[in-house]
Amino acid sequence: MNTEARPEARLASGSVGALAAMKAVFARDMKVAFRQRQDLLNPLLFFIMVVTLFPLGVSPEVSFLREAGAGILWVAALLSVLLSLDHLFRHDFDDGTLEQLVLQPQPLFLLILAKTLAHWMLTGLPLVLLTPVLGVMVHLDGNSIAVLCLTLLIGTPVLSLIGAIGAALTLGLRSAGVLLSLLIIPLYIPVLIFGTGTVAAAAEGAAVGAYVALMGAFLMLALTLAPFAAAAALKISLSNG
Amino acid sequence: MRFAHRPEYGAPMSEPLLQAVNLQCERDKRILFRELSFSILPGTVTRVEGPNGSGKTTLLRILAGLNDAWTGELKWCGSPIDSQREVFLRNMLYLGHRPGIKPLLTPLENLRALMAGRRPVSDKALSQALQGTGLAGFENVPCRNLSAGQQRRVALARLLIADEPLWLLDEVFTAIDSDGVKALEALLQQRAAEGGAVLVTTHHDLVLPGMHKLILGAGGLLYEH
Repeated sequence: MNTEARPEARLASGSVGALAAMKAVFARDMKVAFRQRQDLLNPLLFFIMVVTLFPLGVSPEVSFLREAGAGILWVAALLSVLLSLDHLFRHDFDDGTLEQLVLQPQPLFLLILAKTLAHWMLTGLPLVLLTPVLGVMVHLDGNSIAVLCLTLLIGTPVLSLIGAIGAALTLGLRSAGVLLSLLIIPLYIPVLIFGTGTVAAAAEGAAVGAYVALMGAFLMLALTLAPFAAAAALKISLSNG
Repeated sequence: MRFAHRPEYGAPMSEPLLQAVNLQCERDKRILFRELSFSILPGTVTRVEGPNGSGKTTLLRILAGLNDAWTGELKWCGSPIDSQREVFLRNMLYLGHRPGIKPLLTPLENLRALMAGRRPVSDKALSQALQGTGLAGFENVPCRNLSAGQQRRVALARLLIADEPLWLLDEVFTAIDSDGVKALEALLQQRAAEGGAVLVTTHHDLVLPGMHKLILGAGGLLYEH
């Protein structure tokens, strides 16, 4: 090994700023995801399949679809985020990059926030972008589709953030899938209820401001608390690994 | 706070970098070690020895802060690590069994991502480090196409550009060929000469002049209720 131009061994006090470190974590996750595109397509395909199978399996009636459409889309989005959660930390855990992430000098919750943001950009955001097309398919009117997109735009980051806690907690377990669902679904229910409730209110012509504000409150709560909880859970999982 | 000590190799240093006092660790109802106290001085290489399952990896993970199942005291430059976690992490480099290399990224991208949270390093320096570990020409090949030894070398490239005074290296000689082993031994020795402290576990017969030893597992005591 060539050992020219070696850095000296000295105690350093400063390190790379938290924002730069977050950017690096985000950039790496995006790069890895785009090298493995089929993994990106899985939640999207699942979303599309569930929504298209409902009219075939239950009823293609316009009245039924118009009433149930928002709920179907929300449930499908929720499940497809849930399916993608196990990947959030699993690969990093297996190849050792998670250990190195925990050992970075920056606060761990910020690095997890960056990872969760990348997860949302790769799963939640594409679902939101697909929603108008699928909304037309289930005969939702324009206003409902707009409100549905808005609730998903606010709601899917909450799903990713809460999911990060569950993914971190179940990391050391061999059959994490079932436990992850059991842990996370109860926490998803309020988001689902308010998400579909907002669209129902919009369809009846009621004002949705209060509903949207409540969902925004969910998002703020998840943004501020979930990364801390996930960081603590990750440390526990690594400690046992 | 900024010290710049670069002592002569082997010269006794008054201030230990890392101190462990009365460490005790229990795993699966078995005491791995108890009343373990030692100091790691700058300018030393310390080999952690012991049979399989004696707790070498666990000890290194405890020192790095990856394992919480221990009691006792750990000090960094004289004060408890807990009170200065960030400073400690900035000055400690840990390489574990799992090399921390993403198979889908190239060696250069991996190294860049690993250094990104520590200190800014130019791409030129990163490439030089990769060349220094014998990965010239592989900088832009995805790591999953590299051999196990080459993947380890990507992780080892960090050692060539690491400025952390304390290195905790767990089984770093795994999957490295004999030339690589020699170069790595020389690097560890050079690191000590530069004033760094190295703690290393290995099953390979590592003997360096002036090397310290930490021997674990003189019969793991069975834990009794």
